[in-house]
Amino acid sequence: MKKMLAAATMALSLGVSGLAIAEPLKIGMITTLSGGGAGLGVDTRDGFMLAIKQSGNKDITVVTEDDAQKPELAVQIADKMIQSDNVDVLTGIVWSNLLMAVVPGAVAQGKFYVSTNAAPAALAGQGCNKLYFNAAYQNDNLHEAMGEYANKTNKKMFILAPNYPAGKDSLTGFKRYYKGELAGEVYTKVGQTDYAAEIAQMRASGADGIFVFLPGGMGIAFMKQFAQSGVKIPVMGPGFSFSQDVLPAIGDAALGAKASGQWAPDFDTDVSKKFLADFQKEYNRLPSIYAVQAYDAAQLIVSAAAKASVKDADAFRNELLKADIQSPRGNFKFNTNQHPIQDIYLTEVVKKDGVLTNKTVEKIFTDHGDAYAKDCKI
Amino acid sequence: MTIALALEQLLNGIQLGVMLFLMAAGLTLIFGVMGLINLAHGSLYMVGAFACATVAAWTGSFWLGLIASLACAAAAGAIVELAVIRRLYDRDHLDQVLATFALILIFSEGTRWLLGDFPLYLDIPPLLQGIVTLPGDASYPVYRLAIIAVGALIALGLYLLIGKTRLGMRIRAGESDREMIGALGVDIRTLYTLVFALGSALAGLAGALVGALQSVQVGMGEPVLILAFVVIVIGGIGSIKGALYGALLVGVTDTLGRFLLPQLLALFVGPSQAGMIGGAMASMLIYVVMAVILAVKPRGLFPPAHA
Repeated sequence: MKKMLAAATMALSLGVSGLAIAEPLKIGMITTLSGGGAGLGVDTRDGFMLAIKQSGNKDITVVTEDDAQKPELAVQIADKMIQSDNVDVLTGIVWSNLLMAVVPGAVAQGKFYVSTNAAPAALAGQGCNKLYFNAAYQNDNLHEAMGEYANKTNKKMFILAPNYPAGKDSLTGFKRYYKGELAGEVYTKVGQTDYAAEIAQMRASGADGIFVFLPGGMGIAFMKQFAQSGVKIPVMGPGFSFSQDVLPAIGDAALGAKASGQWAPDFDTDVSKKFLADFQKEYNRLPSIYAVQAYDAAQLIVSAAAKASVKDADAFRNELLKADIQSPRGNFKFNTNQHPIQDIYLTEVVKKDGVLTNKTVEKIFTDHGDAYAKDCKI
Repeated sequence: MTIALALEQLLNGIQLGVMLFLMAAGLTLIFGVMGLINLAHGSLYMVGAFACATVAAWTGSFWLGLIASLACAAAAGAIVELAVIRRLYDRDHLDQVLATFALILIFSEGTRWLLGDFPLYLDIPPLLQGIVTLPGDASYPVYRLAIIAVGALIALGLYLLIGKTRLGMRIRAGESDREMIGALGVDIRTLYTLVFALGSALAGLAGALVGALQSVQVGMGEPVLILAFVVIVIGGIGSIKGALYGALLVGVTDTLGRFLLPQLLALFVGPSQAGMIGGAMASMLIYVVMAVILAVKPRGLFPPAHA
């Protein structure tokens, strides 16, 4: 039986490679590998490279550079990758402010951009572009899900996010679904590491719940300080605030926190289990949501490259749009604005075998798109 | 706004100021005595945090970690001074900036190579966990109060060291006229190494103390370094007293600005707009304060007498 299966797989893979277009494809990955956001970029890179490695496609090469979470550096790297490295596809940027600095220029020069994470509203509505795909979500999505969830459990929420495009999208998304009262709405500096002033306001606000969107090191700092402050209000947030890259550094302070995500490590599907096992084998740690998003972005590029030449932009784009991939997330297809339509779940931070991780609680949205697709005319 | 909230915010500001003081004291000492602009000071802060987190993870004791942070940062500082900085005293500031910037890159990449890309975990010791209730029914974390106490002790210690000891006398003499004290037979090279190691140890201590509040990660020092420079410019470059007052001023201004500006603006525009604009204005506030102080007192609040 095993042999037959192997033979069948062999035949299938031969069949696929028979069709494949053997044309070199160069991918430029710009991501954050140093500073407070490094954990996010490292997971992005590793998830992406896992899918490239698994594809076995020798015609695809990836060049990676560190943007240090600085917009001006990201722009320089993008220019260099486009002009001297001659990349065909760009990808990897974690932060929306960096993405806004790079994408308009890149697509204007005829390059594809497949986002592994950042998804600002400005590029999902009127500003959408044929060459810009997002494999992760639209920025508002996970926050919308928490707004919907908070309707059931809370009446007076205190909400907080950093003052940058994704932070504004975050609170806008939350408020789009949340119908209760707001005890406070605070924007903090990007990269802020001390939240004592904000925590004092939370204590005094009389809120019955706190929603925070603080990715990377900001979330670690906030959660630790919040736990130390003795304030007992339940905290919730989008998946990024409690994703696998930050949980070990937050420690037990994160236990019980509710979050929203398109994927969690306990997903009970074959694709998800295989991805989890492969990732752990390759890198010896649990993947975060960023790794999954990057894994899918790489799968998308690989799937399109197998059927069409990137030099034929229309054909390549049509192949990308089909989203012919096996995502660990399960359902995945593209909306008219080339952002995902997918399910979003409620998760809870638990300790399993001594390791902090996220457990799926319930499904919040099924086949959820975004609020901006109707403004996109392509 | 209640008294309790106001008191808590004031303490938050002081605590931030004290942290900045630990960074700024070393920076201003090194600049004052050796005339050196040390951009790598933030890296020594990071070294302290990483040393504390690593040793605390090995041994399970925060206190051993704290000792390790002091030792590692001082040692790293001394090695850097002997290997690199020593060659820079006679060069102009641009060379110093270039060389110490290179040190930042080496420290960051080296730490990543040794300990990985992901933030490390460091918790506050059981002794300092929990909160205390202050007058007016305000509650405040014990750990932050402890940081304020440590900062006050260090400030007192530095005052005594500089003002009352032989070493302090030499440091002051070195600040005033380095050729002369060399001619008088004081081993100026050893003195410089000592001062550099002392400044580094203070930065390492700050890193370890803050590491338990925030995340211990590569690149954590640079944002603090910028604030520390603001502090020493406000306080008067080379003045420890200036560093103390400058740090407290920056800490309190930043904290109260973040807290009060959005509330003030909320009287005029919607809460969402107020949050966004107020947040942006608050992050500019300390630079506005710096500009105003420099306009009135171009050499800072407490410029050293000789300079």
